[in-house]
Amino acid sequence: MKTSFVERTIAGLSNGMDFAAFADTSAQARTGLLQRVDPRVKVAGILALIVAVATTHSLVAITAVFLLAVALAVASRVSPMDLAKWVWMPVLLFSGLIALPAVFLTPGDRLGSLPVTAQGLRTASFLLLRAETAVSLSSLLVLTTRWAHLLKALRVLRLPVVLVVILGMTYRYIFLMLETALDMFESRESRTVGVLEPADRRRLASATVGVLLSKSYQLSSEVHLAMQSRGFRGEVYLLDEFAARSVDWLWLGFFFAVAATAAWVGR
Amino acid sequence: MHIPDGYLSPSTCAALYAGSTPFWYASLNKMKRRLNTQAVPLLSVFAAFSFVIMMFNLPLPGGTTGHAVGMGIAAIVLGPWGSILAISVALAIQAIFFGDGGITAIGANCFNMAIAGSLMAYAVYRVIAGGAAIESSRRVAAAAVAGYCAINVSALLAAIEFGIQPALFHDASGAPLYAPYPLHIALPAMMIGHLTIAGLAEAIVSGGVVAYLQHAEPALLRSTAPGAAIAGESAGWSGTRPLWIALGVLLVLTPLGILAAGAAWGEWMPEDFSSPAARQQMAAASANQAPPAQAPAGLQRLATIWTAPMPRYAPPMLKSPQFGYILSAMAGTGLIVLAFLTGTWIFTRVRR
Repeated sequence: MKTSFVERTIAGLSNGMDFAAFADTSAQARTGLLQRVDPRVKVAGILALIVAVATTHSLVAITAVFLLAVALAVASRVSPMDLAKWVWMPVLLFSGLIALPAVFLTPGDRLGSLPVTAQGLRTASFLLLRAETAVSLSSLLVLTTRWAHLLKALRVLRLPVVLVVILGMTYRYIFLMLETALDMFESRESRTVGVLEPADRRRLASATVGVLLSKSYQLSSEVHLAMQSRGFRGEVYLLDEFAARSVDWLWLGFFFAVAATAAWVGR
Repeated sequence: MHIPDGYLSPSTCAALYAGSTPFWYASLNKMKRRLNTQAVPLLSVFAAFSFVIMMFNLPLPGGTTGHAVGMGIAAIVLGPWGSILAISVALAIQAIFFGDGGITAIGANCFNMAIAGSLMAYAVYRVIAGGAAIESSRRVAAAAVAGYCAINVSALLAAIEFGIQPALFHDASGAPLYAPYPLHIALPAMMIGHLTIAGLAEAIVSGGVVAYLQHAEPALLRSTAPGAAIAGESAGWSGTRPLWIALGVLLVLTPLGILAAGAAWGEWMPEDFSSPAARQQMAAASANQAPPAQAPAGLQRLATIWTAPMPRYAPPMLKSPQFGYILSAMAGTGLIVLAFLTGTWIFTRVRR
């Protein structure tokens, strides 16, 4: 059945919230392996792996890092089924569609009588494997680290404190906005009988965005007043509550060693 | 449009991170100076707003739907600097948390959409809206064109970034290591989708929201409309409307050019000199003077230097020459109008 744009938007918005709920539950699983690692180590280590995957020219090295990511996910109580649903399938649909024509279009040595070139297959594999591996790694970070900790850990990348605070507040308000948008669309959908004219549909969509925009503006001034009344004078501080243990240093060494090997193998 | 990891080489990503950093730094400073303590909550809430807007499915003419980035409306309400930061933060969260866009490509995505997109949207909006009253329909049109141009400049940058990858980064066997398509495929593949569906989505959301705000909350449009006339004083569109209508009619009529017989005199290609039919046309157009037996050496040498993205006024994959003509006319006219508007904008800024 053809669904209306309102229904599709509702589905998209609730899908985003479902993923966030799933990530939050997964990040709090105390029995997981990576959940117990210092967030700063995870940020630095996983970033090094992503850069290595982007740098290396070896399909074997990328595949090895991918398998490592899957193994780490399983050890961290993230099931491959969930990864497939939330991460692999969407990337496969997007990057697979983009990579597929390259199999035929890339000039090079024909494989027998097929209209396929060896170079085409290789470049398509690079594109798809890199995209899948990188997104598996970044999901691993999000699925094993609470967002608040992840943001504080971003400070190891020398991100300005004010940006870290903005990222944290944004994340919080995303859910409020998602809820608000969802409520608006759901209430509209429940009052709509029949099919809306195309022009009405567009008017409805832009009015919803407009309402959301003016709500954002009001919200930001209220948040500002609330911050001021609590003593905010434009300076931001973060409590640094992380303490790296020796096992965390081992993890950091492990991540960097794998990343360096992957980059070196495919140099 | 959100470039994933693995599509761009690490050096391209690093260059685009480096290109984005001064813009982030300057906008953060400008926002902090202008808003003081208000900058943090305003930017956070607007980044959240941009994030949610990117998830909307927008209804487009023809029954399709599309997603907008929202840089047009963000630039109009927040100004270019606020928009750069809000969209960048939204893109960063999308990449880190939702895996939409790569982590190594955050710099590239922010450069294309948040920075180039916001600056383009702001410039086009200010130039077209001019001193029109806040309630003027000219502002709605200006916002729609601004959104359309912004998303297309972002797509163009992304297409160029993709298109240069295979030539620069390939292994010994010639297999591209990153995005596999050269410019002549990447450009039309990206631009056709954006000149139509994505551009339309952005135009509808920018124009539609400005139209809504004009009635519901005109104050939100004031910060980027310093010279706005009081309602009723401004001439609005009426002065130039006939010219725009005439331009539209001319665009639709461009396929008439296909009806003209023969090739235009002097616009020959090297292959034409070896084709009997083309040689006959050349002779007919040159008072029956026979053309030389071979294409001139200079022409042969220079013809390979530059291949147009839309050779013979039609992107290669389009089957219908009429549609190709109209598309080329739209793209060409758009570029000229844009260049002229940018020139006017710079000129008026300099004079002030």
